[in-house]
Amino acid sequence: MTKEETRELQRIAQRIRLGIVKSVAAAASGHPGGSLSVADIMATLYFKEMRIDSKNPTWPDRDRFVMSKGHAAPALYATLAEAGFIGKEELTTLRKFGSRLQGHPSMRHVPGVEMSTGSLGQGLSAANGMAIAAKLDKRPTRVYVIIGDGEAQEGQIWEASMTSVHRKLDNLMVFFDYNGLQIDGKITDVKSFTEPAAKWRAFGWHVLEIDGHDIQAIHAACEEAKATKGKPTMVVAHTIKGKGVPFMENIVDWHGKAPSEEQAEEAISHLEASLR
Amino acid sequence: MTDAPQKTATRAAYGKALVKLGELNPNVVVLDADLSKSTKTEGFAKRFPERFFQMGIAEADMMGTAAGLAASGKIPFASSFAIFASGRAFDQVRQTAGYGRLNVKIGASHGGITVGEDGASHQSIEDIALMRVIPGMTVIVPADAEETEQAVFAAARHEGPVYIRTGRSPVPVLFDEDYKFQIGKAATLREGKDVTIIACGVMVSASLEAAEILAKKGVSARVLNMATIKPIHVDAVVAAAKETGAIVTVEEHSIIGGLGSAVCEVTGEMCPVPVERVGIRDVFGQSGTPHELMQAYGLTGDDIAQAAVRAIDRIGT
Ligand SMILES: Cc1ncc(C[n+]2csc(CCOP(=O)(O)OP(=O)(O)O)c2C)c(N)n1
Ligand SMILES: [Mg+2]
Repeated sequence: MTKEETRELQRIAQRIRLGIVKSVAAAASGHPGGSLSVADIMATLYFKEMRIDSKNPTWPDRDRFVMSKGHAAPALYATLAEAGFIGKEELTTLRKFGSRLQGHPSMRHVPGVEMSTGSLGQGLSAANGMAIAAKLDKRPTRVYVIIGDGEAQEGQIWEASMTSVHRKLDNLMVFFDYNGLQIDGKITDVKSFTEPAAKWRAFGWHVLEIDGHDIQAIHAACEEAKATKGKPTMVVAHTIKGKGVPFMENIVDWHGKAPSEEQAEEAISHLEASLR
Repeated sequence: MTDAPQKTATRAAYGKALVKLGELNPNVVVLDADLSKSTKTEGFAKRFPERFFQMGIAEADMMGTAAGLAASGKIPFASSFAIFASGRAFDQVRQTAGYGRLNVKIGASHGGITVGEDGASHQSIEDIALMRVIPGMTVIVPADAEETEQAVFAAARHEGPVYIRTGRSPVPVLFDEDYKFQIGKAATLREGKDVTIIACGVMVSASLEAAEILAKKGVSARVLNMATIKPIHVDAVVAAAKETGAIVTVEEHSIIGGLGSAVCEVTGEMCPVPVERVGIRDVFGQSGTPHELMQAYGLTGDDIAQAAVRAIDRIGT
């Protein structure tokens, strides 16, 4: 990937962050922290890796993305807006009555949302189903998933992790958003989650560990996943919850709280400055 | 007719129907959670190994996987015991198949207390209630082998999630190929004017027995097979209420939330008449033979006939 390309993806990630802040501020509720932590991954997936067509969102051979941690809906919506699946002006309808942009992603409301999520722990199973279907139909489809580190406390994640390996789903790639925080505090305080990479390796996954804000590393991980045969790939992505908005970074409270008007302005001008 | 046709368990008919369906529709896939010998999906597994997905003991994951398959154009039949399919995986069914309006078909075997010896842990008496309350979910409880096969085919044609509850124990044959099952339509198995017995699943043949018992006492009982619990056949319930004036509901399920409740919702709003609900009266089951349990929990033809008499006695009170 060229320097210019990397720079462009960084700029898209910052625009996704702007979309997150603006939509959550307009909604006066929502989840900025875990949305901001995945913006770089979203930008790389949607603007470098995935074969998708916003003009034809149900194209059968498309790649699929499942936001298993559905509370990061603002990140998904902002990305879909950048990619042209929905209008950017629609982002400020987030969570409002009558809006397609439900508080958590609904596949029956928004083109480009491939699975309804919000109840944590379920997206990986659904993604497995999509990856299996792609293999049955001999489609080139690859399936991408983001799961939260708190989310991985759900037992179903581990049921699904066994399925991905048993079915040899090498068309499946998962990002583990290792931001270290959940709602009630640090993962290590709530219920410690040690050595995720070792856990998935023991389950039989191909495991990578990267800086989840490093576009080049995300891209390289995607390339490695594509080249890995017979196994699904898990990327343990070290991230900062609230990344890109300094006063939100690494603060538990910003998991599910909207910024005030002044705070939103501060965040927006900070992000816009980075685009200049 | 020569010999009486063989009794068959509806779960066995489910397994056979899947194989037939699989021959006709390459998009049909089947999932199971380490119970394929009991849910009878093993026939499909043998015939179509590439379209059968053994998920291990992971019902939640199975339902989520089925959702993903459905979102990719497949018609998955996800199979387990009724209590695990509806109970263990309730949230998965609700959040993905339900909310996503996905084409997931749930083949739930071992409904009710005729599970027998395995006891209360395995006897699902809540599943109809659980599935019925999910918006857009269709709930079918077929009464015999023929109806089960037709229900499986109807489910495959239907767009959206469907729950099909079958039973462990063999049940008498009620229908032949001339029967036409339709989702949302009750079948009148016997005409009558004094009371209507509305039943589903294994309780349909016991209800026909009850009608015989009542006939001997000079009571004329209509018998409806209400195979679709949701959407309930409103017109058939209203006609029963208006034309016979009293109703008995019969199900191998809690009297809370299942067929009895569904019928009372219709009568209560549209045509209040006495209704007696025959079913499991808010208790758990226990080990025993199906026969012993049906006696103990008041699910025999005699019990149904007595309920009919009570319902008729309440008319006008
Ligand atoms: C099954 C379920 N239980 C609880 C919740 C409420 N909830 C929403 S977000 C969250 C914390 C998630 O933490 P994590 O996965 O680490 O997400 P992130 O830090 O990336 O925001 C919880 C408990 C839920 N959505 N689903
Ligand atoms: Mg987290």
